[in-house]
Amino acid sequence: MQLALFWVFAALMLLFGLGVVFFRSPISSAMSLVMSFVALAAVFVTLDAFFIAVVQVMVYAGAVMVLFLFIIMLLDLRAEARRPVNLLAWAGGGLVVGGFVAVLVKALGSDPALHMVKPALANPQVNDVAAVGFTLFRSFNLPFQIIGVLLLVATVGVVVLSRKELK
Amino acid sequence: MTTLANYLLASGLLFAIGLAGVLLRRNILIIFMGLELMLNAANLSLVAFSRFHMENGLPNYNAQVLVFFIITVAAAEVAVGLAIIVALYRAKQTTHVEDLDTLKF
Repeated sequence: MQLALFWVFAALMLLFGLGVVFFRSPISSAMSLVMSFVALAAVFVTLDAFFIAVVQVMVYAGAVMVLFLFIIMLLDLRAEARRPVNLLAWAGGGLVVGGFVAVLVKALGSDPALHMVKPALANPQVNDVAAVGFTLFRSFNLPFQIIGVLLLVATVGVVVLSRKELK
Repeated sequence: MTTLANYLLASGLLFAIGLAGVLLRRNILIIFMGLELMLNAANLSLVAFSRFHMENGLPNYNAQVLVFFIITVAAAEVAVGLAIIVALYRAKQTTHVEDLDTLKF
C-alpha cells in the first residue's frame, strides 16, 4: 500500500516537474511547480515527516509560489512566448542531464547498502512536530536565531531592491 | 516495501529535471523555478536519509531540522532573487537571458 502511494506521488512529482521545463507559458510552468511541490509533500508523508510536509505545503506551495505568480503577473511575459529554439544548446543540456541520470542509476545499482528496506518506527504514534521542535530549540537554538536575522536582512534587502530609483 | 534507493532515485530524477530547466530554458523565471526544484530534490534525499537512519526507534531529526533551515533560506533566496529579476526587468525590459549579454567578452 505504502509502496504504491510512494510510486504514485513520486511519479506525479516528476511529471509536474517535467511540466515546469516543457510548458511554454510561465504561468503553466508555475502552476505545474505548485503541483510538483504538493506531490513532494505527499512523498514526505510516506517518510513519516509530517512537520516537513506541512511546512513544504505552506512555505513552498503557498508563499513562494504566490510570490512567483505575482512577479509573472507584474512582468507581463506574454511577448516572450515564441522564440526559436537553440538546438545546439538543447543537445548540450540533454547530454549533461542524460549523463547525470546515467551516473545516478549506476551508483544506486552498485551499492547493496542502499537497498535496505525502510525500518519500522518503534512507536507509530510518535509526535513528529514535538520531536522536530525539541531538536530545533535544544540542539540548534543559535542557528535558529541566526536564521531569524537572515530573514530580517533579506526583507530589508528586498525593500531596498524594489525601490524605484537605485542610488 | 520502499527502499532507500527508491527515494534516492526519485530525488536524483527531480534534481535532473531541475538541472534540465536551468540548462535548457532561456527565461530567467523558469531558470529560477529549476533552482527551486533542485533544492527540493536535496530536501527529499535528506528526509529519506533521516527516516532510514534510525536512532533508538526514531528518525534522525537533525536532518529534518536541516531541511527546515534549507526551506527558510530558500524562501529568503526566492524573495531576494525575484526582487533582483524585477530590478533587471526595469533596467532592460527583458527576462530572456540571451538579451543580457553586457558581461559577454
